[in-house]
Amino acid sequence: MTSIKNLLTTFIFLVLAFSLTACGGEERADRASQPDTQEEGLTEFELEHGIGPITERITLDDELDPEKIEKGRNIYEMKCEMCHNMQGRMVGPPLAGVTETRTPEFIMNFILNPRENIDRHPIGQALLREYLTQMPYQNVSEEDARALVEFMRDYDANL
Amino acid sequence: MKKDKTQKLRSLFVGIGLIAAAGLILAGCPSQQGMMDTRDAAQKVYVAPGEHDEYYGFFSGGYSGQLSVWGLPSGRFLKVIPVFSQDPETGYGYSEETKPLLQTSYGFIPWDDSHHPHISQTNGDADGRWIYINANNTPRIARIDLQTFETKEILELPNTGGNHASSFVTSNSEYVIGATRFSIPYEMDLDVPIDSYSEEFRGALSFIELDPETGMMNMGFQIIVPPYNYDLGRAGKGVSEDWVFFTTYNTEEAHTMLEVNASRNDKDYIAAVNWRRAAELVRNGHGETMSAEYYHNYYEGNQGFAINDVKDQVTVLTPEDGQEFIYFLPTPKSPHGVDIDPTGEYIAAGGKLATVIPVHSFSRMIEAIENRDFEGNVENIPILSYDATIAGEVENPGLGPLHTEFDGRGYAYTSVYISSEIVKWSLETFEVVDRIDAYYSIGHLMITGGDTKNPDARYLVGLTKTAKDRYLPTGPKQNHPAQLYDISGDRMELLLDFPTIGEPHYAQAIRADKITQNVKQIYEMEENDHPHALLRIADNRVERDGDVVRIYMGSTRSHFRPDNIEGIRVGDTVYIHLTNLEQEWDVVHGIAVKGAQNSEILVAPGQTKTLKWEPTRTGIYPFYCTAFCSALHQEMQGYIRVSAADSDVSLAWRTGTN
Repeated sequence: MTSIKNLLTTFIFLVLAFSLTACGGEERADRASQPDTQEEGLTEFELEHGIGPITERITLDDELDPEKIEKGRNIYEMKCEMCHNMQGRMVGPPLAGVTETRTPEFIMNFILNPRENIDRHPIGQALLREYLTQMPYQNVSEEDARALVEFMRDYDANL
Repeated sequence: MKKDKTQKLRSLFVGIGLIAAAGLILAGCPSQQGMMDTRDAAQKVYVAPGEHDEYYGFFSGGYSGQLSVWGLPSGRFLKVIPVFSQDPETGYGYSEETKPLLQTSYGFIPWDDSHHPHISQTNGDADGRWIYINANNTPRIARIDLQTFETKEILELPNTGGNHASSFVTSNSEYVIGATRFSIPYEMDLDVPIDSYSEEFRGALSFIELDPETGMMNMGFQIIVPPYNYDLGRAGKGVSEDWVFFTTYNTEEAHTMLEVNASRNDKDYIAAVNWRRAAELVRNGHGETMSAEYYHNYYEGNQGFAINDVKDQVTVLTPEDGQEFIYFLPTPKSPHGVDIDPTGEYIAAGGKLATVIPVHSFSRMIEAIENRDFEGNVENIPILSYDATIAGEVENPGLGPLHTEFDGRGYAYTSVYISSEIVKWSLETFEVVDRIDAYYSIGHLMITGGDTKNPDARYLVGLTKTAKDRYLPTGPKQNHPAQLYDISGDRMELLLDFPTIGEPHYAQAIRADKITQNVKQIYEMEENDHPHALLRIADNRVERDGDVVRIYMGSTRSHFRPDNIEGIRVGDTVYIHLTNLEQEWDVVHGIAVKGAQNSEILVAPGQTKTLKWEPTRTGIYPFYCTAFCSALHQEMQGYIRVSAADSDVSLAWRTGTN
């Protein structure tokens, strides 16, 4: 009698243990096996141009649009300058020269979708390691992000 | 010895018998316990982590002066919206922007007693745009914007003592109503003997116009009525939507020991007011303009400092013979609630001391008016005959019926205070069909989607006055409970019991999607029209004008700009205008300065708020972010140097250069 009871207890224990580990355990294993970057999870386009709503190349006129530059400057002064100087490191990296090292699509995607780019994009992850602060989303529309690109292009053209 | 023992035993038995009998009498007809199987109940109120409740519940704070927000059916506490009381948690009533909201003709008042929240309506349904709530003590009505869950406007009511029958809105939010619970002389600051009550004191029923676009209040007119206590009110619906109803007690006109002196008459009145006709009379010049001082406090733009618009006159309408826009319906015995069913036909009264629930019929009332079926009149207000307007009397409703709401399926639910129960009765037969215990001493009750033309009657919440043994004890004073009942079936079933904040006198619940679709996540920086906002980060600065110093400061994760300030002097009045430049939902920064005789100021994303500080001693004053905002929140700090009053340390500010 006692042995049956013991057997039953062991069985219940095993079932319980199994059901408890079944949830969560696998996920943990998954996470552990994840590489530091998920480069392989990104498309070619995303690797070069960032993750976000801009999924195709945009065309830029060689001639700069003064209206867009002015608009971009205002947005920079209201929403970016707390953390970014044009020259010299602040909370985040300096912005001078950024249009030469990154594509306009990348800049726009980073502004429009900072969290995912910091979480998943190798460049975002490298930036986080260096600056230790996550860039916040600043409620910038696509049109405004495009204006910011124009402002930075203008700045870089006059360097 | 033996005899003694027997005697003791006998008195014990007699004692038990008496207690049992008393219990039976007190409890009246015993209610059912009505707790469903606990697993079923738990399942019905379970909202999984990350999932949302189906309803918002807005519970008045009573003596907290605020409005608390709950998720239903889970009973999750969501938020306290500060309204009539200062709130150091958010800086409401402490920041320069919000202080003017609490100004009255009696000066700055840090507290009030909020009672009856009411959601704005369109076509008789709650539309979820604004919620109004009354202050009972220093009579006021506030408007809370349900896009931001913030108090945006407060209007003081003149000629009013105790604004209790408030703040109920009409079917299309044409008006929100107020009334005087304590009649007073209505000429401003009149100094008269208290025993001149019947001659000098009067009641005032207030009709505050609402702007259909903005929800803003404007004191429309007041009706001057006999010196009774105007207790509660409700707007009509459907057939009766042009009317509002108020209960009265103290038709005895007592001014002392009302407990006894105001409980003598068999019947007091329900005042039925045709507001549309009254407004028309006022428009046609029948009102009288009288002087009165009262404050109207509101914001002019999206942001900035609330302003005090001090009014100096009010239009009053005193009933004249033949005008007939107000009637009295005799109603037994110091009625408290007056509640209108979803069709607008039935007017149920809660006679605190009555043995029945009297239910008047709106159509019979109209008929009685047409037939001139009057018993008399008081101060040109015709008194209708009770028999002519009554539709039915609900027998055996328990002791002390107070408030009624309706499920739109033909049933009414009345809270019964003394016997501590809820009774469900039929609008067809006027018979009680179900009853259930309340724990303990129920005041108001509310039904989800209640007091509208189309109640969404899944749940009923009872707001009770004492918790006693319901929860873990917390000393001699416990918080007031709320109980959630399932009313979707034939029988009421108790699902959940939870402590609330303050003393909720009334609550309203609305389907969540009516509000969530409009809720704002941030204040857009582009729309920040605060006169001291920091719209260009490079413009952060400190300005001196005599003894007044203004610091234009910005915040983002995880620093203030500027964060080193020098040149402040003892005797200065310093205003820190902090703009939270974040544009991400729920990323809040706060600021507190050592020694500031003020609360912290919490600033939502995109918002500008002002902390006033008058340093009294020289030294270095750290300030810091009070809201844990980021991984580097502990680094979010700064220093202000305060020098002597005659110091020549010049004004300087900087950030980032060590």
